[in-house]
Parts: sequence; C-alpha cells; structure tokens
Amino acid sequence: MSEHKQPDLARRELLGRGAAIAAAGVTLAPGVMLYGVAQAKPADEPVSSKVRWGMLVDTTKCSSGCNACVEACDKEHGLGNEQHSRDGQRTQYIRKVELRHKFTGATHSLPVMCQHCETPPCVDVCPTGASFKRADGIVLVDRHICIGCRYCMMACPYKARSFVHEALTDQRPHTPRGKGCVESCTLCVHRVDEGREPACVEACAADGSRAIIFGDLNDPNSEIAQRVKTYASSEIRADLGLNTGVRYQGI
Amino acid sequence: MEIGGGKGFYGLLALLGAVIVAGLGAFFYMEHTGHWVTGMDNQIVWGAPHVFAIFLIVAASGALNVASIGTVFGKKMYQPLARMSALLAIALLIGGLTVLVLDLGRPDRLIVAMTHYNFKSIFAWNIILYNGFLALVAVYIWTMLDPTVKKFYKMAGFAAFVWRLILTTGTGSIFGWLVARQAYDAAIFAPMFIVMSFSFGLAIFLLVTMATYNWTNRPLGDAVIRRLKNLLGVFVAGVLFFVAVYHLSNLYATEHHGVQAFILRDGGVFTQAFWFGQILLGSLLPLALLYHPATGGSRFWIGIASALIIVGGFAQLFVILIGGQAYPLVMFPGYEVASSFHDGVINSYSPSLPELVLGFSGIGVAMAMMVVGMKVLRLAPASLADEVADPHHK
Repeated sequence: MSEHKQPDLARRELLGRGAAIAAAGVTLAPGVMLYGVAQAKPADEPVSSKVRWGMLVDTTKCSSGCNACVEACDKEHGLGNEQHSRDGQRTQYIRKVELRHKFTGATHSLPVMCQHCETPPCVDVCPTGASFKRADGIVLVDRHICIGCRYCMMACPYKARSFVHEALTDQRPHTPRGKGCVESCTLCVHRVDEGREPACVEACAADGSRAIIFGDLNDPNSEIAQRVKTYASSEIRADLGLNTGVRYQGI
Repeated sequence: MEIGGGKGFYGLLALLGAVIVAGLGAFFYMEHTGHWVTGMDNQIVWGAPHVFAIFLIVAASGALNVASIGTVFGKKMYQPLARMSALLAIALLIGGLTVLVLDLGRPDRLIVAMTHYNFKSIFAWNIILYNGFLALVAVYIWTMLDPTVKKFYKMAGFAAFVWRLILTTGTGSIFGWLVARQAYDAAIFAPMFIVMSFSFGLAIFLLVTMATYNWTNRPLGDAVIRRLKNLLGVFVAGVLFFVAVYHLSNLYATEHHGVQAFILRDGGVFTQAFWFGQILLGSLLPLALLYHPATGGSRFWIGIASALIIVGGFAQLFVILIGGQAYPLVMFPGYEVASSFHDGVINSYSPSLPELVLGFSGIGVAMAMMVVGMKVLRLAPASLADEVADPHHK
C-alpha cells in the first residue's frame, strides 16, 4: 500500500514536458562540480525508486527570526486563507521551531515539515491508503480517498499534518486543498516533477542563507548525497528508525 | 409477555428520538460548516465524539459477557439473559460507530472506507472487525431465537466470544501501536481495553437489566444480580491492575517522566479526571459499594456502583484520548521548544456543544435500538425470579 500509482493528468504532462531539463553534476575542473538542482523526468515516465528525494537542513545557517521558507511555502500552496479557523486549526506545512537546551542553554532555529520517511507511520495507519509514499520517497495524501479520520495526525511523530477545518476557495491548481481532508508538505512535488526545487529551498537560497539543500539522496554525485556522506547529519526522532528524507546538520 | 406498548414505552422512545434528532442536527452543522466550529484543532485531532464513540465500542464488546458466560462456559443461569446481552452488544456498537462515522472529515466517503483497505492499518482491520462482530452476533441471536438453527448455537456463541476479544484487541491497539506519542505506544493497551470492555459492558448490562425488569414489573431475583455484581467488582479491579502497571512501567523509564507527571500531577483537568473521575469515583467507590456488606446486597447501590463505573469509564477514555494528545510530542528531548505550530506546549481542548450532542446521540441510538429490539424480538425472559433463574437457589 505504500506505493501508489500517480494520476496521469494531462496538465502535468504538459507542464512536465516543457520543463524536463535533466542536469546532472558536471565537472568543470578538478574539484569543481556544477550540480544540477534536480533531475526532471519526462512526464510520461513513472516515478522510480532509483530516486530518493531528500533535504538537508544546516541549522547553523538557519537564523532565528528568518521565516523565508515558511512564507514561500504558504505562498506556493496558497496556505493561510482560512476565514474562520482558529490559530490552532490553520494549516501549516512548514514551521520554524526554536530550541533551547534546558541544561546547556544551546539554542537552535530550524524548519520542521513532513520528513518524508522511508517507512511513514502515517501511511501505515491510514485505513484507506490515502496516505501514500511515491516510489521516489515523497509522502502525499490522495485527497480523493482521504476520509478525514485524522489517524495519520495521531501517528505522525513530527506533527507535520494539518486538517482542513473549513471550506476553502481559490486553491492553487497543484495543491487541491479541501474541507475535511488532511494535508501536509508535498515536498513541492509539482515543482520536483518539473525539475525545480521546492519553494522553501528556493526561498532560503534567495535569502542568502542556503540552509536547506534539496536533491536525490540516491545519486552519489548529488550535493546532498555528498554532504550527508561527508558530514554528520541526524534525523529527528532517529530512535524510531524511519529513515527520513529530511535530515539535519548541527543539532 | 410483551414489553412496552404503554405510555412509558412510547415516551421513552420519543425522548430517545429527540436526542437522536439533536445529534443529527449537530452532525449536519459540523459537516456543513467544517470542524472549525468544534473544540478540535491540529493538536487535539480526536475530541469528545471519539471519547463517546470509543467508550460505546469498548462497552459493546463487554456487553456480550453474559451471553458468553452462558454459551461458552455453559453457565445455564445466564442463558436466558444471553439474547438481551447480545442485542445490547449490537446496539452499543452501532451507537459508537454512528458517532465515529459522523465525526469524520468526509463522512460522505464512508463507502471509500468500505472499498479501499490498507491492511497494515489497524483502523482498516477494525472496520472488518466491527462489521464481522455485528454479523456474528446477529447470527448468534438468530440461533437463540429459531429452534431450527439451534444446533449452531454453541458454535455461534463461541465464534462471537473469540471475535469480541480480537475486536477489543484491535480497539486498544489503535493507541497501543501509535509510536509517535508519549502516552501511547504500549502493548498493554490491548489487554487493558479488553478488561475495560468487560467492566463497562457489564455495568451497562446490569443497569439495563434492572431497569427493564423494574419498568415492566417482572420478577428479578437477587441470585443473578449478586453473581453479576461480584463479577463486575473483579473486572473493576482488573482495570485498576492494568492502569497501575501501565503507569508504573512508564514511571520507571525516565523518558516518560514528563507525560506521567502531566497526567498524574500537573495536568489540571486531566489529572482531576484521572484521580477523581477514573480512580476514586469510577473504581474505588464502586468496589467499596459492590463488596461492602451494607451496600453489596442492595439493588439500589449496585445500580449506583454500575453508574459510577460508567462515569469512570468516560473519565478514563477522556484521560487516554484527550490527555494523551494534550501532552506535546517529544521531538527534541532535553530542549525547550517553541514554534508557531504549538510545538512544545500543553494543548488545551474544550468540547463544543455540537460535539457533546453528537456524542450523547450515540448513547441515544444504542438505547433506542435496545428498546425497540426488546419489544420486537421479545428477548427478555418473563421472569428472572430466583427459583427460575437458579433452580439450586438456597
């Protein structure tokens, strides 16, 4: 149940074909590599488990008070347009978390979103299979068969999911949000399928922080794979053994 | 002898009908506007309706106790009560499921839940377990009513008995298998829910039996009631045992000290619901009433004890469900955590009126089914006087 057939939408094909620019790492000179941001696949090709999309967050570059990733995400997915919902009922795909160690006093600031687990608890518990993981590691909600039971929200160790508490209008075409369904970070799957980076990653880079990098963890030449190989990185709640696609450096 | 037909019968049905209509109104309101009108949010995702639904579902399995003891364990004394016990099980389960389904974000997609199964999900299994339980117990009642299928009586009773144990294992595992949250993720939830079902279900059965025989002026001897109330006391003690083991095990592990301190000491309404609702009113006081020589023989006090056990059951599920969600997820051990998404803070929940009305309407559905079923199916024995119920009485 964890792998899911992707809906074959003409719209996606149209968008996909125009943007299918594969750009692998290219060696310019010894030791100088030009990395592609992502590798788009032709839109008529199914997603493959050869790819494992992931993110690496360098918390030492993430500053407290900077909210660029959150704002970009809200804009990209049309979040924050609830009219009636209380603060605790509004959807957030990504939020900034501020940490202060109780004993040492060390502080960190970092974004937390769906961690795109290899074995996602939300997918395990979903009664209908609406929560699913694509072959390339992106965890999504099929909003056609989500019954709004919210068991995935109980099961997610990262508090990554939100429930749509009211009827919404003017949704983005790529983010079909609807009342009574559960939703979460899509890793900007619509962008990734076009060979682009997720909105939060782009915004973080545009901001100059470059605290989040995105790429294919399975591609040994990708920047993210090189970084996680070279430097120590960790998962949030590594004790659960979920092998998350989102990893952190500096905490 | 037929039940009902009088003013009292129709008056009771009208009252229950009003409760059900109010519940439907609450459902339409919440479904139409969206869940923003409830006390639920992205932190407390299961609210009061789930407390009612899970209480009724757990109690449903336990309501079958008396039938099981009669059929599976061959205690003849209980066999005349088996039909009522089985009907009560069906009625409570349907009441609970009604609330559960009407609280979904997309109740219109119920058919999806019946046609798309993820077999790794205990929820999906529970859908099969609930439907199977309803079917099995219906067959069980059929074997008790129709002499032509009486040869399947024992088999049906045994199947229903095993099924209900699996069913409550499934209900407990909804929480037991949640690895993410501090208050859950414990295998003990499955057996604890089974004993909870014995206790809540028998308490409801005792009240229903005493009320039925009282309102219809039928004889009900002390022999049946006294044996059942002794059994009820054992079940209450059994629940206490599991609750004690659950908390002691968690108190031993440092990683769980936070959530335990929250539930047992610092949790405000949850701590009060635990100590006063669940332990004192719902367990210790009923135990004293059931076994003390001055009250243990009194039908009135047995009724009070049963009602207290039901109140304690609601308190227990409130603490497990809402209290368990109120305590924040521990994602960064050792850190103070703050965010715009309520990370690291104790979450609060106040049930809204529609949620409570929907919850109570589940009880209304169960009671209405019971009242109608008893009249149509003539399930209750005409007499449960001591000499009828137990020929060896005295």
